[in-house]
Amino acid sequence: MNALGLYSYWIVIVLMMTGFYTVITRGNLIKKLIGLNIFQVSVFMLYISMGKVAGGTAPIYEEGIEIYSNPFPHVLILTAIVVGVATTALGLALTVRIQEAYSTVEEDAIHRLDNEE
Amino acid sequence: MSEHVPILLVLLPLVAAPICVLLRRNAAAWVWAFLISWIVFGLSVALLARVLDEGVIDYALGGWDPPWGIAYRLDPLNAFVLVIVAANAAVVLLFAPESLRHEIPREKRYLVVCVFLLYLTGLLGITITGDVFNVFVFLEIAALSSYVLVSMGPTRRALSAAYRYLIMGTIGSTFILIGIGLMYMMTGTLNMADLAERLVPVAHTRTVIAAFAFLTVGVSIKMALWPLHTWLPNAYTYAPSMVSAFIASTSTKVSFYLLLRVIFTIFGTDFAFDTLHLNALLLPVSLMATVLASTTAIFQQDVKRLLAYSSVAQIGYMVAGLCLATETGLTGSIVHMFNHAFIKGGLFLVMGCLFFQLNSVKLEDLRGAGRTMPLTMAAFVIGGLNLIGVPLTAGFISKWYLVLAAVEQGYWWVVVVMLLSSLLAVVYVWRVVEVAYFHPPPEGIKTLSREAPRSMLIPAWMMIGATLVFGVMAWIPVGIARQAAQSLLGGGP
Repeated sequence: MNALGLYSYWIVIVLMMTGFYTVITRGNLIKKLIGLNIFQVSVFMLYISMGKVAGGTAPIYEEGIEIYSNPFPHVLILTAIVVGVATTALGLALTVRIQEAYSTVEEDAIHRLDNEE
Repeated sequence: MSEHVPILLVLLPLVAAPICVLLRRNAAAWVWAFLISWIVFGLSVALLARVLDEGVIDYALGGWDPPWGIAYRLDPLNAFVLVIVAANAAVVLLFAPESLRHEIPREKRYLVVCVFLLYLTGLLGITITGDVFNVFVFLEIAALSSYVLVSMGPTRRALSAAYRYLIMGTIGSTFILIGIGLMYMMTGTLNMADLAERLVPVAHTRTVIAAFAFLTVGVSIKMALWPLHTWLPNAYTYAPSMVSAFIASTSTKVSFYLLLRVIFTIFGTDFAFDTLHLNALLLPVSLMATVLASTTAIFQQDVKRLLAYSSVAQIGYMVAGLCLATETGLTGSIVHMFNHAFIKGGLFLVMGCLFFQLNSVKLEDLRGAGRTMPLTMAAFVIGGLNLIGVPLTAGFISKWYLVLAAVEQGYWWVVVVMLLSSLLAVVYVWRVVEVAYFHPPPEGIKTLSREAPRSMLIPAWMMIGATLVFGVMAWIPVGIARQAAQSLLGGGP
């Protein structure tokens, strides 16, 4: 019944938790960023599925089209995607600088080096 | 022209930032940013005066009426926060040139100024807007630029601090995004005033409750509410001095403002406090923050880190006032937001002066600083008295109102915890004072007076002086804060 009918939300939740878990548990800075990306993508999907109207078509204004998906959440999430790209780019740039400064991208190794100072 | 001031306030720093890059000359970029920041400060004061005089200002972006277009809405609360942010930006930029010369390589200085302006844009935007998705966009503008600013710190530890801040900050803002999405799902609107109305009939649904939870946790991460504060100490400690001063004085305050908006304007106290009992969760947490963070501060060897933990404790005070949800409590919170912005801003500028001369703000390197840098350390002492809450300082005023609010409600244990935390503040401030005044300076520089340049000392004293002025003339911030509290409790923005 309903539980399967809302399968897109199940996908969202699974992705969200996968990403979140990866961010928390992985010590590798690149893997953390990958987790963060999965986490963000799940939210993109949440917004996109929110705008879908059952039986609706693409929101194009034309004769004969009466039911169409709500384009508004899609536009919103475009902004969030851009933000996500910027965040990832910045995160990777920081990782490169960390690699140059510490010669490692493993979190515990960085902690060790910090504590030795 | 004057009706467009709300949008100008955000547009000016936004447009000025790329011009800094085009100028490419460090001095020119700084003069430009400095001018802009003072114009923004002037505009924000004018707006506050207008709001206090004429009431709420509505501004529809591009002439599109809300809820279709983005609306800016100014009430006493956010007009007040705008002034706090703009004033701090203006003073910190006055401090910047010498400090940048000392800490940032020549080829990056104008870029730091550019990112600083973007950060200012983000903070002003979050504060002024009346549209929740717009909040998210500006939140990310502010967040991304603050990660960059933190990573500019002089040691490599700034990089790992910035990375950690990025991870935590992104989780926080993604939570906020989820919350906004869920609210939109139930109501079909993003306008705050509209949301407040349309959420009421669907308030019992699990979607709305989840939205509220995501928003609260997300904002709490951004605000560094204990125990979600772990990004803050490193970010404050390893960032360049001017960045520490500006982030410490504004970023957590703006996030606290956002929490006020979410709880009081969008969801309303009936839902947040009477149905969900959020105060029963936040009040103990905030009091834990004041005690535990102050205790941690006592054991720090790096004075910047000590101040960072003290910030976490001060956020606890603000949230405690919010949980009381009375006019006095909110007044105390909002006044504390104002006072603490200047106290911490001033103290971090003092740290900048010390770092300029001593190349370190570790406790052991501050030995004898009271003798070699008397004016700088005097500013620190006054800032410290503010943190403790000694009468005649601004810090006293806000704590007075918070204690008063707790007494009104009969929460004596809250009063006890607040006083305990103030005693802990005495200890951590005293540790610095003792080292600076009662230990002899290191060999070789006994007689030399080594004050930081005047261009750094004056801004630091401006901030610290403001805390003294507003400690005596307390009716100014308290009056505005009371109006803001009334407008929050009066329902609707």
